[in-house]
Amino acid sequence: MKINFEHVQSAHCENGVTSNLLKFAGVEKISEPLAFGIGSGLFYIYIPLLKVNNGPAISFRTMPGLIFKRTCNALGIPVVRKTFRSPEKAEQFLNECIQAGQPVGCQVGVYYLTYFPKEYRFHFNAHNLVVFGKEEDNYLISDPVMETVTTLTSFELDRVRFAKGVLAPKGQLYYPSAKREVTEEQIKTAIKSGIKRNVRDMLYIPGPVVGVAGIKYTANKIKKWRDKLGLKQSGTYLAQLVRMQEEIGTGGGGFRFMYGAFLQQAHAYHPHDTLLTVAEDFTKAGDLWRSAAVQAAGIYKGRLGSQQDFNDMGDYLLEIAEIEKKAFKDLSKLKW
Amino acid sequence: MKKNELPQDPSVLDKFTKDLCYVVDESGNYTTGLSRGWEVKAAALDLAWDDIKERTEDARQRALKGDVSPLLFFMELKLMDLDTLAGYSGFWKWQIKRHMKPAVFNRLSEKKLKRYADIFEVSVSDFKNVKANED
Repeated sequence: MKINFEHVQSAHCENGVTSNLLKFAGVEKISEPLAFGIGSGLFYIYIPLLKVNNGPAISFRTMPGLIFKRTCNALGIPVVRKTFRSPEKAEQFLNECIQAGQPVGCQVGVYYLTYFPKEYRFHFNAHNLVVFGKEEDNYLISDPVMETVTTLTSFELDRVRFAKGVLAPKGQLYYPSAKREVTEEQIKTAIKSGIKRNVRDMLYIPGPVVGVAGIKYTANKIKKWRDKLGLKQSGTYLAQLVRMQEEIGTGGGGFRFMYGAFLQQAHAYHPHDTLLTVAEDFTKAGDLWRSAAVQAAGIYKGRLGSQQDFNDMGDYLLEIAEIEKKAFKDLSKLKW
Repeated sequence: MKKNELPQDPSVLDKFTKDLCYVVDESGNYTTGLSRGWEVKAAALDLAWDDIKERTEDARQRALKGDVSPLLFFMELKLMDLDTLAGYSGFWKWQIKRHMKPAVFNRLSEKKLKRYADIFEVSVSDFKNVKANED
């Protein structure tokens, strides 16, 4: 059984799954950047005390699952989302969906994902893919970060759907449960509320570790890392920052560019010039995130290492925080 | 980032896929491009793996000396933290911590050892002897 599902590669898994599943549900116009923007995907958080793979816990995007949820919500599309206790029931439900011709989004862990390069396989449990068919024992998989479609045996799929640890997927699956006509007006409203929510998330969540304040917080931490942690461990920390920023399909710099693309596409629905100028700001922010990554690489590869180099690294982030702050301020002043 | 500046460095993705990236064209309009990889990113990943290998080797030595049970070595080898191993094994985190002590580990029943060994994809005797299935 193979469902006629179109695989389009994306930069990030959840946007891609959202955009591709919506397309299947008859909503053609939601590109990856639109899904990302409507779902208010841009974010920043430095979670103090928590360690991931022995490094700092930093995220450049919103919580897993929210982009799909918010985007469908904003467009008035009903969603089915289920988790399972028993792997047998989870597989049975999936098979029924496929039999009924419904492609399904699944949350999976990456560690046992056989078609990924070994070097990328950590215990990271918030990856997303679409199952769109089954041939004998092989499930047909559309993983949005892959160029082409791929397959997993039923054993392999079960293992990644029931990966364990932080954010364990528990067999979670989801899909738009009905085809709906989405009007131009609905998309316009969705874009507007997506931007407003993103302004709130980046500027107005209280506390020092979230949004642009979080970027500043990280900047000031980094300046102290050399003394506090020593060169070797601060190198490891900086490498972690870069990996979170530029991980496969989840680039932090990449997310800034994606938001720029979103604002340009939003301009087609809301012809405000501010959207275009702010898009340029995000291009600038993304470029600076990349320069910061180059600086970090200088440190973790041992080419740089003085306190001045750490200060420069922190200053990159301070500059980024200022640009993103101004960008969201400009967006918040928009008269829709 | 401009489309013509998109890095095309060799990377571990080479035989698997390419990264899709959002880039701008000459007139500043967003479009997409495919990247083989970026050396800065590859170096960060290499460093993470060097770190893992170092910790794994360290745990192996300590387990062979009997300072710690083989459990720690296999956890490092499989990149697992306590949450992950607790999830896969069904043991509580405090139990796993106890099992890292050689004295406690040596008294574990065959059944419990098998539970761990299955997760680490080795036989019970290899598990006890700190012998991994290197692939």
